[in-house]
Amino acid sequence: MLKAASDSRWHGRLALGLLLAPALLWLGALIVLPHVDLAVLSFRERVGPREYVASLAQYRTFFAEPLYWHVFVRTAVMSVIATFLTLLLALPIAWIIAKLARGRAGSLLFIVCLIPFWVSETVRTLGWMILLRESGVLPALLVKLGITAVPVELLYRDATILVGLVYTSLLFMVVPLVSSLESLDNSLIEAAYDLGAGGFSILRSIVIPHAAPGITAGCIVVFMLTLGNYLTPTLLGGKNSQWFTEQIYTQFITRFNWEQGAAFGFLLLALSTALVILGLRLSGQRFGDVMSRT
Amino acid sequence: MSAADLVADAVVKRFADHVAVDSLSFSVERGSFFSILGPSGCGKTTLLRMIAGFIQPDGGDIAIGGRSMRGVAPNRRPVNMVFQQLALFPMMSVGENVAFGLARRGISRVERARRSNAMLERVGLGGAAHKRVDELSGGQRQRVAIARSLVLEPTLLLLDEPLGALDLKLREHMKIELKQLQADFGTTFVYITHDQSEALVLSDHVGVMSHGRFEQLGTPQDLYYRPQTPFVASFVGANNRIVGRTAHTDGAIAEVATADGWVVHALKSGTIDAGDAVEVFVRPEVATLARSAAELPAGQPRHAGEVQSVLFDGANSAVLLQEERTRREFRIALPQTGQFSDLRPQEKVAFSFDPSRAVCFAARAGAAGQDA
Repeated sequence: MLKAASDSRWHGRLALGLLLAPALLWLGALIVLPHVDLAVLSFRERVGPREYVASLAQYRTFFAEPLYWHVFVRTAVMSVIATFLTLLLALPIAWIIAKLARGRAGSLLFIVCLIPFWVSETVRTLGWMILLRESGVLPALLVKLGITAVPVELLYRDATILVGLVYTSLLFMVVPLVSSLESLDNSLIEAAYDLGAGGFSILRSIVIPHAAPGITAGCIVVFMLTLGNYLTPTLLGGKNSQWFTEQIYTQFITRFNWEQGAAFGFLLLALSTALVILGLRLSGQRFGDVMSRT
Repeated sequence: MSAADLVADAVVKRFADHVAVDSLSFSVERGSFFSILGPSGCGKTTLLRMIAGFIQPDGGDIAIGGRSMRGVAPNRRPVNMVFQQLALFPMMSVGENVAFGLARRGISRVERARRSNAMLERVGLGGAAHKRVDELSGGQRQRVAIARSLVLEPTLLLLDEPLGALDLKLREHMKIELKQLQADFGTTFVYITHDQSEALVLSDHVGVMSHGRFEQLGTPQDLYYRPQTPFVASFVGANNRIVGRTAHTDGAIAEVATADGWVVHALKSGTIDAGDAVEVFVRPEVATLARSAAELPAGQPRHAGEVQSVLFDGANSAVLLQEERTRREFRIALPQTGQFSDLRPQEKVAFSFDPSRAVCFAARAGAAGQDA
């Protein structure tokens, strides 16, 4: 009896272990190991050919060189703005999909949001470039309408980068918002309306508190994607983009300074972690609750 | 009649392919408990939502407290609603739920707390203000939902089958509580339900609704003892329904024969001529049961039957008979004396009923062929 019980428990553990194995392998080989290696890299300094000593020099450089931390802060601020703009734009879209569109119309709208993602991000971003460059569609249209005298270069501006980032991130905000708004009982909205609340008051006291986990989840995903985005800021912002991922790329690929690149990578990780924790604190959400909504 | 708090005047609502509310007019007296009783799909919810302002009537007008509500949004109406699923705000405490409407009126925090606590006290939930909604029992939530509306002192409180989600025992209890609350506050209640017992127990007046119209509007006693249509007779309370044709009519009483030859007598309702298809309704408690025909009250037409089954349900016990010749089912309430406690299936019995307490209507279109 006892042996049978312990046998079956052992079998259960074996099955669980086997089921988890691919995920654990993936996590260990592709995420933990490279990061350990990068951490080691970031804490050493090259003193001669094939000669390294442990040091904090890479991190010191970051703080000593204004360009690096300017770009760092700029990336963080722009990402926060992009996340906020995405939320503002996604909330009405999600509301329409979840509450106003009936049946097929809702799924159709959802597909419309999804379709751009069938095309690769590079092609999508190049599409924006065709529209916005000086000899592109939009400047030509502005001239034709008499709004500007000569074609204006719309690329390489901060606003252009934000447009690109919001566009790329929209779906990742809409999905958690739709699911959290769908679970909002319509009678709660009617009850608030019946008790004398107006539209803004219902949004503030009923809809947003209910959707808070979904909003937080969407914001975390969008913020992380934006902060770590390389392609969109580089293509739409050109030399002016000054995105931190570019600095990392430059260190690894152009300068071949892996130690500095690794240190920058860890600083970016610390930044995103710190801002996510701050966001959770400010909105009073717990990470577990939020992640169960995505 | 005192002032009317709610007046509906020829209210119409059409949806794509049917008329949900068909030019309905009625008024509800101040301080009374008015119920709208009807089967699902009869248009009662549509009517209630028009009173609350969630949908606009296609025609006619609704006046509340003497003021026309045309073009007035739900949040501007002197009306509050208790929702079927209660719709308490789960993101707020009990106290915040009750104070929600007060806050929307710009009343100060201190005053809000005072009024909502006083209201919770009145519904027997003093000290529960800090609890979360999901910590309350079904009956307590019910009271919070009512308190949340009544704290705004509405002219009219609308209740959309609020007892539907409760279990039987709690429902019976909440019925009594609702009636007491209404008497205490003196607010006009408009209550919709498909449960005839709720409507009869609670209301001062009931409108029985079917296909967007009121079949009958009256006191619970009127509906029960003096139904004006076959629908009301069959929907309100238990009734035996016998379908047949009038053989001949003798003053107020009609003699009705079923297709297979059972002859019964009932009071005519409306004009009925000899040979008309009719429906006769006899309440189970109107009929008298006896072991031998001699024991039956003198002067009542006598019928013979055989016991099919005894339906024991305490004070509501009844016996299901089959009429001797036609084998038609007939239900009789058992008296409380215990006289028939030894009744067995297949036993031969006699029964009779006072024809003036049975009622006969001209058959509804399409109903003549059906048997009860």
